[in-house]
Amino acid sequence: MIPGAERAVLRLARPYLSRLLGAGLLAAATEFAGLALMATATWLLMSAAGRPPLDRLTVAIVAVRALAVSRGVLRYTERLAGHDAVLRMITDVRARVFATLAARRDAGRRTGDALSRLVSDVEAAQDLLLRVLVPGAAAAVVSVLAVGVAALISPPAAGVLAIGLLVAGVALPALATRLTRRAADEVAPLRGALAVDAVDLTHGAADLAAFGATGAALAAAENRGARLAKLERRLAATGFAVDATGVLVGGLTAAAVVAVALRAGVGGVLVGVLAVGSLAAVEVALALVAAARQRAQLRTGLARVADLLAEPAATAPPTSAPEPAIDGHDVRFADVTVRYRTGAAPALADFDLDLPAGRRVAVVGPSGAGKSTLAAVLTGAVRPDTGRVTVGGVPVAGIPDEHLPRVVGGLLAEAYVFHATVKENLLLGRPDATEADLVAATRAAGLLDWVREQPDGWDTVVGEQGGQLSGGQRQRLALARALLAAPPVLVLDEPTEGLDPSAADAVLDSTLAATPAGHSVLLISHRLSGLAGLDEIVVLDGGRVVQRGRHDELVARPGWYREQWLRQQTAERGYLAVTP
Amino acid sequence: MNRRPFDPRLLRRVPAARRDLAVLAALGGLTALLVIAQATALATLLATAFDGRLHRPALAGLVAAVAGRALVSWAQGTVAARAAATVKAALRADLLRAVGRHGPTWVAGQRAGQLATLAGRGLDALDPYFTGYLPQLVLSVTVPVAVLARIVFADWSSALIIALTIPLIPIFGALLGWQAQAATERQWRRLSLLGGHFLDMVAGLPTLRAFGRSRGQVDVVRRMADGHRQATMKTLRIAFLSALVLELVATLSVALVAVPVGIRLLGGGLTLSTALLVLLLTPEAYLPLRAAGSRFHASMEGLTALDEALTLSATDAPATTEPRRPTPGGRGEIRFEGVSVAYDRTTALRDVTLTIRPGDRIAVIGPSGAGKSTLLNLLLGFVAPTSGRVTVDGVDLAGVDLDAWRRELAWVPQRAHLFAGSLADNIRLGAPDTPDDVLAAAVADAALDEVVDALPDGLDTRLGERGHGLSSGQRQRVALARAFLRDAPIVLLDEPTARLDSASEAVVLDATRRLVAGRTALLVAHRPALLADADRILRVEDGRVTELHPTATGPGVAR
Repeated sequence: MIPGAERAVLRLARPYLSRLLGAGLLAAATEFAGLALMATATWLLMSAAGRPPLDRLTVAIVAVRALAVSRGVLRYTERLAGHDAVLRMITDVRARVFATLAARRDAGRRTGDALSRLVSDVEAAQDLLLRVLVPGAAAAVVSVLAVGVAALISPPAAGVLAIGLLVAGVALPALATRLTRRAADEVAPLRGALAVDAVDLTHGAADLAAFGATGAALAAAENRGARLAKLERRLAATGFAVDATGVLVGGLTAAAVVAVALRAGVGGVLVGVLAVGSLAAVEVALALVAAARQRAQLRTGLARVADLLAEPAATAPPTSAPEPAIDGHDVRFADVTVRYRTGAAPALADFDLDLPAGRRVAVVGPSGAGKSTLAAVLTGAVRPDTGRVTVGGVPVAGIPDEHLPRVVGGLLAEAYVFHATVKENLLLGRPDATEADLVAATRAAGLLDWVREQPDGWDTVVGEQGGQLSGGQRQRLALARALLAAPPVLVLDEPTEGLDPSAADAVLDSTLAATPAGHSVLLISHRLSGLAGLDEIVVLDGGRVVQRGRHDELVARPGWYREQWLRQQTAERGYLAVTP
Repeated sequence: MNRRPFDPRLLRRVPAARRDLAVLAALGGLTALLVIAQATALATLLATAFDGRLHRPALAGLVAAVAGRALVSWAQGTVAARAAATVKAALRADLLRAVGRHGPTWVAGQRAGQLATLAGRGLDALDPYFTGYLPQLVLSVTVPVAVLARIVFADWSSALIIALTIPLIPIFGALLGWQAQAATERQWRRLSLLGGHFLDMVAGLPTLRAFGRSRGQVDVVRRMADGHRQATMKTLRIAFLSALVLELVATLSVALVAVPVGIRLLGGGLTLSTALLVLLLTPEAYLPLRAAGSRFHASMEGLTALDEALTLSATDAPATTEPRRPTPGGRGEIRFEGVSVAYDRTTALRDVTLTIRPGDRIAVIGPSGAGKSTLLNLLLGFVAPTSGRVTVDGVDLAGVDLDAWRRELAWVPQRAHLFAGSLADNIRLGAPDTPDDVLAAAVADAALDEVVDALPDGLDTRLGERGHGLSSGQRQRVALARAFLRDAPIVLLDEPTARLDSASEAVVLDATRRLVAGRTALLVAHRPALLADADRILRVEDGRVTELHPTATGPGVAR
């Protein structure tokens, strides 16, 4: 009955069960107050028509006034209680989702779309409770109560009412669910294609114009838009038939209740109460149609959240494994092979490297040669298919997540700059850093002058995803953070990316100078400038080591390194030569 | 922000929707009549049932009225959805056509993202507005008026109570609504900051993990989310207050009407059927107003999208003069005569005078943002000179048919856009009817053949949205293949190797050399490797163009 995805979300609601139950009861009371108001008012009028003494109507008069006031007040408290419970649960969901993602070693960076989808998926859990379960449960409770009260007056009339309520509260919602799902399945591909058209026509506007293809692309998009419009019109015709049937069921139930009750000999006043009450009850039950539609729309979002919550990491407490006996920080790669997909060419093949403490090694090579894979293997983000990587004699895979960064870390590909101050971003590297540490690290990364120029200095907010910074400043900030962390094995993946050649040389020099002696460095670079001081240079191509040695040796020998080095040198000097 | 419930610009801009909206209004009137018919029939039925009799005509009337309401409600939904579909399709087409009308420089940057979102999924937010809010808006006018009119005839004192209380709903709605709005806006910055925090943390997870801080941040995320909850609850306490007052007005009015009517019934001053009619109709008068109010919130997003779409697509395009001059051939001499280009905030080019002779291979260098791309955009007709003119063979480009002139040009941008479709379609962009053998030749010329061989379906491989699945180097080779197919006398290259690593750069450079051979070429070069092939070098700095005279040994191997 309840799909697994919903159950997974509901399990998180358990601590707030009493609050939710309270909200559901309040919602039911609200709806029931509305129904009772109309029924009591009808009883009042029809009894009054019999001209009884006024005091026999006093209770009804008071009840009508009380119900009128209580409905609004009940609604207000119900909504507050429901939202409070659900928002508490969402706090848990967010924390759990984050914990799951945090525990994944392999999770790469997400695109903006995937991120905002994650946020709206979490909100789907909120809608499931507030717009589906609470109103749905209230409608069900009121329906049962209404049938019960009707049965006290006239069992046959109660039977008719029950049928009407079953149609309105069970059959129609089931139909609405099916129609909503079908409509979504039909519309989604077309809407997706149209969204792609819109992207192509806007982001590709220049290409289209330059090649005279704007007209054709526009016509194709308009054609698709017209097809979508046609489909939407057709789907609306069937979708709204459900609502129309709901209106019909309400009126017919009331009419049938009157006819049946009269035949059963129910007194006139109570016939009126039954009729008006039935009309109101069916109206309440029809809320289940809207709830069913909402639920059908939440399906995919909830499934994604449930998948995240189902991962064991979300439930496992943070590991409190004892710190492994890491002896020193010599790094050793032995026969490491990594394949991202079975059958694909290896990203790294039979790779061997010794990085004893204090050694500085550069890994160079064309793009796609396996350089970043190497960094990912060393930092534990990627597990080797065969071979082993050890740090201080302990395999990387055996070092818990919390311990590994204290030994191996640095500037990795696509370092993220948080929407926070410069200082907060830096302190991520070492929370207990002093002002002097910050100054030293930012000076080495070439960011200190910029920080000092800012009116807010260290407290300058860098904006969403570092948006207030230029690409070069963002890179320098990430580099400074890595230097501040100063792990004994420092990995630097393209530390001077996005800097112009002269700045790149200066930053690389000061970075290497700022790394304490005794700390090892694994520098990954596509630029070959400034590598002369390193202990070893490894040239990777196609995941394999093709050359290794010191800069002087490699430049003296024919091969990729020499060729590329000459090429880069000529290129940079030639460029300078024509710059007046 | 536009808070009007209905934007009159809509009727002007989408005339096709007028009829549907008129039908919607008529159906609203019909609904009002049926509401009264249903209440009248039910009141009669119950009044006779009081005596234990079944009034068959009233029963039939009730069933007929209900059937009528069902039918009308179906028609209302269907027509509203039709209007939504029509308006969305029309606005989408308008928006996308605006792109074609204004040209690529108008759409560049942030506006492209806004337009793509709006024309893509953004406009779908109009669905709840049209199918949920608009029909209720109509009903909130027709039903109270009709109900009031009917009750005036039945019992004017009850009508007075309703007439006095009904305005309270929009008045309170507006007052409390604005109050809530202001409170919401005050909270908004804080809320979005907190909501954004979760996003920021998730986006930066790999970095947190790299510093061993990911687990520790779980508590921070929980704390921030809890702060979010408290802030939200503060807002909601006020926001729900408006609903409370509206609900109270509606239910108390029922009590205000029912109790006096009951007491007058006791005195015999009223018939039972009239009293029941008043009771049944009273809540109907308040219902549509409250329903419209509660649905307004859900349709806000749609109204905002509508406002954006109407505003964006209405922006005037620069007056396009009908092409009066014959299109010059691409083998004529190109002259820039005192050309300046000013954008909103910056001046891209200042007083540039320049002659490009057929067959010239010109490299354009200079710092980024200096105006290099503007030089190419002038030739492409993407921007027009603010002053001065660009002529080809003596013909001013301002007066020619741009599509025809662009046929003389092949353009390789910094980062070519790859369209959703097959690789072959992407290469054939400018020439959809290209035969396969010509296509194959262009593929080979652009050194794309090895890429094609490695793809699962070769040239038929589908490239996803924005061409995911090809590396930057491969993407540039697609752009080169497009240019080869164009086979135009003039080629414009805008830093074709800007984002490539050395290995891809070498391949693209070789292909570029083949492309440039025998053609007039303008190469914007950031990387020095491109300079070797140029026979003239222009330096653009701060909007001014100076010609450099290469050293005797040539620029690429200087020194």
